[in-house]
Amino acid sequence: MAGREQHGMVQKRGVGHWFTHLGLIIGVLIIFFPIWLAFVASTVTQPEIVHPPMPLWPGDQFFNNYRDALVSGVNAPVAKMLLNSFVMAMGIALGKILISLLSAFAIVYFRFPGRKVFFWLIFLTLMLPVEVRIVPTYEVVAGFGMLNSYSGLIFPLIASATATFLFRQFFMTVPDELAEAARVDGARPMRFFWDILLPMSRTNIAALFVILFIYGWNQYLWPLLITTDPSMNTIVMGIKQMFPSGDDIADWPVIMATSILAMLPPIIVVISMQKLFIRGLVDSEK
Amino acid sequence: MATVKLSNLKKSFGKTDVIHGVDIDISDGEFIVIVGPSGCGKSTLLRMVAGLETVTSGEVQINGAGVNEMEPMDRNIAMVFQNYALYPHMKVFDNMAYGLKIAKTPKAEIAERVQSAAKLLQLEEYLMRKPRELSGGQRQRVAMGRAIVRKPDVFLFDEPLSNLDAKLRVQMRLEIKQLQRSLGVTSLYVTHDQVEAMTLADRMIVMNGGIADQIGAPLEVYANPQTEFVAGFIGSPATNFLPAALVSGAPAGTTVGVRPEHATLTTPDHGLVEGQVSYSEALGSETLVHLRLSSDAAFTVRQNGMEPAPEEGHACGVLWNSSDQMHFGADGRRIATP
Repeated sequence: MAGREQHGMVQKRGVGHWFTHLGLIIGVLIIFFPIWLAFVASTVTQPEIVHPPMPLWPGDQFFNNYRDALVSGVNAPVAKMLLNSFVMAMGIALGKILISLLSAFAIVYFRFPGRKVFFWLIFLTLMLPVEVRIVPTYEVVAGFGMLNSYSGLIFPLIASATATFLFRQFFMTVPDELAEAARVDGARPMRFFWDILLPMSRTNIAALFVILFIYGWNQYLWPLLITTDPSMNTIVMGIKQMFPSGDDIADWPVIMATSILAMLPPIIVVISMQKLFIRGLVDSEK
Repeated sequence: MATVKLSNLKKSFGKTDVIHGVDIDISDGEFIVIVGPSGCGKSTLLRMVAGLETVTSGEVQINGAGVNEMEPMDRNIAMVFQNYALYPHMKVFDNMAYGLKIAKTPKAEIAERVQSAAKLLQLEEYLMRKPRELSGGQRQRVAMGRAIVRKPDVFLFDEPLSNLDAKLRVQMRLEIKQLQRSLGVTSLYVTHDQVEAMTLADRMIVMNGGIADQIGAPLEVYANPQTEFVAGFIGSPATNFLPAALVSGAPAGTTVGVRPEHATLTTPDHGLVEGQVSYSEALGSETLVHLRLSSDAAFTVRQNGMEPAPEEGHACGVLWNSSDQMHFGADGRRIATP
């Protein structure tokens, strides 16, 4: 190998190098500051927050505040809201991936009447965000009695034109001979799908999973509409529900603890899948 | 072990006819090479035998049974693709074992068959590698290994060597021939390379625009081309074609064909045709002398590399034995020499 000097693209040395780093570090500190404040606020008592100046270093209420949040919360225990969000985000991410994999498989590998029409119909839905179709969707979900339920949270958001499109593009780069070799080897279509197409798409799936998990986790408007029962609240909208109406006093330490908790799962997902995620975006292994 | 029979096999894509009716009886263990320029339908023909392409009309028979409606897996064939088509995420072992796994072959037998195929192809030390960690020639071997382990009735090769460099191609060509001999499996092999066709084939099918122009043993096809196309395609450099009017004694209205290796240079005014040397290509063992005839037609003479090559612009005559002269009618078919 060429030598130890070759890590990444950093070759530049000297003063300019340190200035670059200084600039980056300051940038990171500025971006990180609000999160730090939220963390500090989640470790002190309510009076300490309300009386200026606001503390900048963590207090001693960390365990109390987080226990309060997780166990009792304001309207519903945050543990329950975390669970709701987790179920919803997982349901949306996995469901979207499964459905779009299958529909992309159908569109790319099977010749059936109306194939092009179906593709364009799917593509067309890209132009309709959730917000545009939210009233009719609410009607349908309410009609099925799915308000305040996991299925109501998940199913209306589960179809994904973007993911279908992405998998279609990927499948089209897979050489036809591979499908033919599998046919000669005796693999029926679904076997080919499971044994060959799916493992080949695993980096794409991982990248998509990270994006979709965060998409699902951050859903706000839809859960706000269909979950009236606090025990079905998701954490992102639940934070908003914790804000007092009228003259009540906001329990800021608990709200801040909840915010910090809400951030953790997406961070864990991103960090644990970082390697696959980047590979999925950068190279496609053929 | 199997026989293959194609009867009046035709294929059209929509209104375009691609294959215009091919007939051949292939006996057990025979090595058939389908050769022709690109777009002549040779790959389509092979894919119809494989079952990857539907048959428009006519019939494919393997071991005497019609297989037109059968899926590829039920025909007991194995195919080697041009780009190898190895499963990129599977190790070499799993690539070779995949077909057997689907057929629910017992594990011990799979291992044994893969091992023995790997031994035959010198792939033993690569079994645990992924295809991308192998060289082109090794990938080619894996693709053949995948075909061998299934113990098929028929091997189908779709231009398997065209992605390899020239040297490796010669070596793999030899290996394929030896392998096919030792296994004795009936094989169909598609190529556009006439050298591959000549060296590998027991019999070859020369395809031209969806028609099997000639079917026969390589030397027979070389010595006795049935059409102008075959005479021009088989043999290198290509046969010289001249209008009959230029050659005394040729039947009127025909085209005269003379192979470069059958012609010799002579002094001006002593040849059957006259011309000027436009350039020579000295290849060492042989020299190709390109002439511009007085009628402006081009003509190539192949002579031994030891003989002195004439200079450019040099005027000379060209001679050949009348028995080496071929005649083709206006429809391109060979006319028996009187």
